[in-house]
Amino acid sequence: MTTLTDPPKESFRPSMLLSDTRYRSITFQVIALVLLIAAIWYLGSNLAANLRAAGLNISFQFLNNPAGYDINQTLIPYTSQSSNLQAAWVGIINTLLVSFLACITATIFGVIAGVLRLSNNWLVRKLMAGYVEIFRNIPVLIWILIIYTIMTAAMPAPSAFRGDDPASSMMLGSFAFTNRGVYIPGPIWGPGSTIVVATFVASVIGVFAYRRYATKLLYDTGRLLPMLWPSVVILLVPTIVMFFFLGMPIGLDYPALKGFNFRGGIQIGAPLIALWFALSIYTGAFIAENVRAGIQAVSKGQTEAAAALGLRSGRIMNLVVLPQALRVIIPPLISNYLNITKNSSLAILVGYADITATLGGITLNQTGRAIECVVLLMLFYLVISLGISMVMNVYNNATKLKER
Amino acid sequence: MSDTHAESIAFVRESSLPPAAPPEKVGGPFKWVKDNLFPTWANAILTIVALYFLYLLLSGSLPWLLNGVWNASSLSECREILDGATGACFSVISERWHQLLFGFKYPSDQYWRPTLALVLLFLAVAPVLFIDLPRKLLIFTGIYPFLAFWLIWGGPIWGPVFALLGVIVGYMVYARLVHNSFAKALAGGIVAAAIVWYVGGIIGDALRPARPLLEAVPSRDLGGFMLNMMLGITCVSLSLPIGIALALGRQSHLPIVKGICVVFIEFVRGVPLITLLFVANVMLAYFFPPGSGVDLFIRVVIMITMFSSAYIAEVIRGGLAALPKGQYEAADSLGLDYPQAMRLIILPQALKISIPGIVNIAVGLFKDTTLVSVISLFDIIGMIRGPILASTDWNGVYWELFLFASVLFFIVCYGISQYSQWLERRLATDHR
Amino acid sequence: MAETAQMQVSDEVAIRINNMNKWYGAFHVLRDIDLTVHRGERIVICGPSGSGKSTLIRCINALEEHQKGSIEVDGTLLSSDLKNIDKIRSEVGMCFQHFNLFPHLTILENCTLAPIWVRKTPKKEAEETAMHFLEKVKIPDQANKYPGQLSGGQQQRVAIARSLCMRPRIMLFDEPTSALDPEMIKEVLDTMIELAEEGMTMLCVTHEMGFARQVANRVIFMDEGQIVEQNEPEAFFNNPQSPRTQLFLSQILGH
Ligand SMILES: Nc1ncnc2c1ncn2[C@@H]1O[C@H](COP(=O)(O)OP(=O)(O)OP(=O)(O)O)[C@@H](O)[C@H]1O
Ligand SMILES: [Mg+2]
Repeated sequence: MTTLTDPPKESFRPSMLLSDTRYRSITFQVIALVLLIAAIWYLGSNLAANLRAAGLNISFQFLNNPAGYDINQTLIPYTSQSSNLQAAWVGIINTLLVSFLACITATIFGVIAGVLRLSNNWLVRKLMAGYVEIFRNIPVLIWILIIYTIMTAAMPAPSAFRGDDPASSMMLGSFAFTNRGVYIPGPIWGPGSTIVVATFVASVIGVFAYRRYATKLLYDTGRLLPMLWPSVVILLVPTIVMFFFLGMPIGLDYPALKGFNFRGGIQIGAPLIALWFALSIYTGAFIAENVRAGIQAVSKGQTEAAAALGLRSGRIMNLVVLPQALRVIIPPLISNYLNITKNSSLAILVGYADITATLGGITLNQTGRAIECVVLLMLFYLVISLGISMVMNVYNNATKLKER
Repeated sequence: MSDTHAESIAFVRESSLPPAAPPEKVGGPFKWVKDNLFPTWANAILTIVALYFLYLLLSGSLPWLLNGVWNASSLSECREILDGATGACFSVISERWHQLLFGFKYPSDQYWRPTLALVLLFLAVAPVLFIDLPRKLLIFTGIYPFLAFWLIWGGPIWGPVFALLGVIVGYMVYARLVHNSFAKALAGGIVAAAIVWYVGGIIGDALRPARPLLEAVPSRDLGGFMLNMMLGITCVSLSLPIGIALALGRQSHLPIVKGICVVFIEFVRGVPLITLLFVANVMLAYFFPPGSGVDLFIRVVIMITMFSSAYIAEVIRGGLAALPKGQYEAADSLGLDYPQAMRLIILPQALKISIPGIVNIAVGLFKDTTLVSVISLFDIIGMIRGPILASTDWNGVYWELFLFASVLFFIVCYGISQYSQWLERRLATDHR
Repeated sequence: MAETAQMQVSDEVAIRINNMNKWYGAFHVLRDIDLTVHRGERIVICGPSGSGKSTLIRCINALEEHQKGSIEVDGTLLSSDLKNIDKIRSEVGMCFQHFNLFPHLTILENCTLAPIWVRKTPKKEAEETAMHFLEKVKIPDQANKYPGQLSGGQQQRVAIARSLCMRPRIMLFDEPTSALDPEMIKEVLDTMIELAEEGMTMLCVTHEMGFARQVANRVIFMDEGQIVEQNEPEAFFNNPQSPRTQLFLSQILGH
């Protein structure tokens, strides 16, 4: 704590290790370090002795051996002859896929429920409170199982769609909900489709540029351009024009029943849907609470002060309330995203091939390389978590209220 | 108003106005419905959508719930009774009641023991939860862990007795020395407790009865909701002191100590609980001395405790950071040393601020105890997914079982969070 | 010192600061501070905001470390030796602008805490002492309340009593009245005046110039981390030498 350079001219005495603030902190740290090393050494030597006794070693060679099992939902090429490493990659991508999807839908659920909880409609308020309390207080694992059971036990088999008088029919003629998953139309990318997509991306950039320009114009000259309708026009019109101009290059591929199963379109497997939906609706309940707290955290005084300055209610929301509310909402929102990613490891329950189910599940059991698999698994999640917290820190520092 | 003169500026009130009643309120249920359900068009649509949704929910679930069958011995019998009508087969719950609560291996003539432990638990936590209760009751809280251990696991009574004795002796030594120096007191307490435990171990071996009073139950026979409760309570209680230590370490000015704590906390918080449970299941055994054979229950407790202590440490760190710097300075200026300042000034306040956060972690952790079913421990979910749904009698009764488990968790978690809100309101008005 | 000092000042040195310097990072907060305080002296320190007044008195009881020069309190050299720091802290009492009472303890517990744990006084005796000092600051009837239930002025008087319970030989005050409403300022100042009359050595950062005239036997003006001027109160207020002092005085006395 206190280190002085000038007065102490006395020579070193051993008792100063504890009584002198300059040496005391070093003493404690050395003790801590020694204890840490002793603990690591003890655990390490136990590990070595146990491995020796069991005739095992640590080796990551197994990653290159053929995995020997099938995965039903993959986004990258994979066969049972692919290596364990490739299986792990499939798992990683599946983890990221379900986490990404769940983050988006959870945010939507959460924002809607959070805003509705503050509605002046009594019934809606109570319903949303019920949603939040019920979902927050029951383990996510149970929700995953429930929704998976709905998917597999309560949905019709594809064969129910067959025949002249089928027991089930497709929704809007293009969506099929079956116990093997949901079939939805998929896009067909014809020639020229890249141009349409590129136009759309350019329009999005254009919207931002326009809004920036409008703000700058307001600051420089005091002239306020309309914001909403030009944004919509810039966003949609060029893309639509381009789409028809190029002769509708993007088409849809509808799923259709061929034999005993559906073909065409995109199949989203039941495990993915169960996991995705359960994570979204469970985390959505938590996000709803954050959103509510964030909006309520902006004190009424702020709104009144802005109104007293003559701002209209839309501007009050945009310029005063939202920036402050977001400051409260975003940090817990990001940690909820982190929770979704971590909870997606429960995929193993429903047989969705995420990283925990592939590397930490089948690969581990087939190769018996427990330590290696678990360590790699943890490493993966650590990288993701640390990455996200780094982003969060940057955000927090950027938006921190400058206070003394 | 007779004495106001609009023309003159100077004004002195000579008679004060009596307070008048406010204008009559227009009220009644009709107005309430209009104001709260149909104030605007958009709101009216919202209300109708909500009502329709509610109707769907109730019309779907009520017949099923109300028409439930409670006394069949298998699914097929239940279907016979229902005879095609919709209805739940709640009989699975009444028939497998004990399995759902205690697992399928706990000796059935001993169910009274965990039940008694649960009842005593309420007695033990009462003084912790309600500050107004007499402090004397905390003595029972101190004894409870040892009593509960003995009740649930059984076996010779000497183990828990000497463990308790060691703690008491250790605490007495600590209390005697703490006035002098915290470090000496802590060391003295630990040494004294260790001596008692060592001696107690020898005496306990000598006194080992041929047949213990309570039949010993191995940990692998524990299961059902009892297992969730035990894991939740044990791990949260153990992780509190560890969490405090980690939080203080992370706040410390010593870079190495701080570094160790930060790495531990961030590591644990960065990985899902399930990977830590994998560690408990397949890896942790390698880190114990060869041949020690620590059983799975203890390995799981170790890992879950690590997990929750990292989260609790972060909550407490928030509490520490929320304290004004002046508190540290005032303690310093009075000449209190670091352990004294922490124990007497900082931690009491920081912990109080952190209570709601800690309760949240506890609720989350309790829900997460269901994850042990993934590593084939038979907690309530493990029981449902394993022995019960796999049995020929009850293959296919998902909803009733999931509903039962959900209701149990909801009651406990909702109860705890309501308590936390009550406490928060109470602390908010407390001497501040 | 003759005319203001009805109270005794001995030759014994209470605090000796020699050529003391302190930096916050690269920022030089205190520059070559030299100050000798005799036992029984009452010193008022004033100066513009950010001039380093708080930092100076916080260095005296080692709440802040200094990097150069020496500080000697009651013959104990402030070094990195913990024993010296502890000794100085138990001999020097301090009152803060924001009181810093411990909100989770009652008034009485606030006052007995340090005597019990630092001085190892038996609890009963500590409570008697505490009641004695609470009577002195005129709030014995609040002893079992919590700080949050007291007014600001009462809280500051408790803070003074809390320090006095350690039987300090020197008291440091850092703007003890600047967080208070006018009518409360008087009750705190009265307490401090009483303390001064009993011959306590006091170092007081304050802008209460009436107080300075009445009890101080020296006023120190600081600016930019240096002692710019010091003098007896009469001379200091009536005939300031440095232009910076003149400017400062005209600003705070001007309205
Ligand atoms: N912890 C710190 N880190 C960096 N700079 C600091 C710190 N504390 C104070 N300072 C700076 O040191 C200078 C002196 O601060 P100090 O608090 O001593 O001023 P002061 O004279 O007491 O002012 P005031 O009348 O406002 O209380 C200020 O410029 C301040 O910004
Ligand atoms: Mg100051």
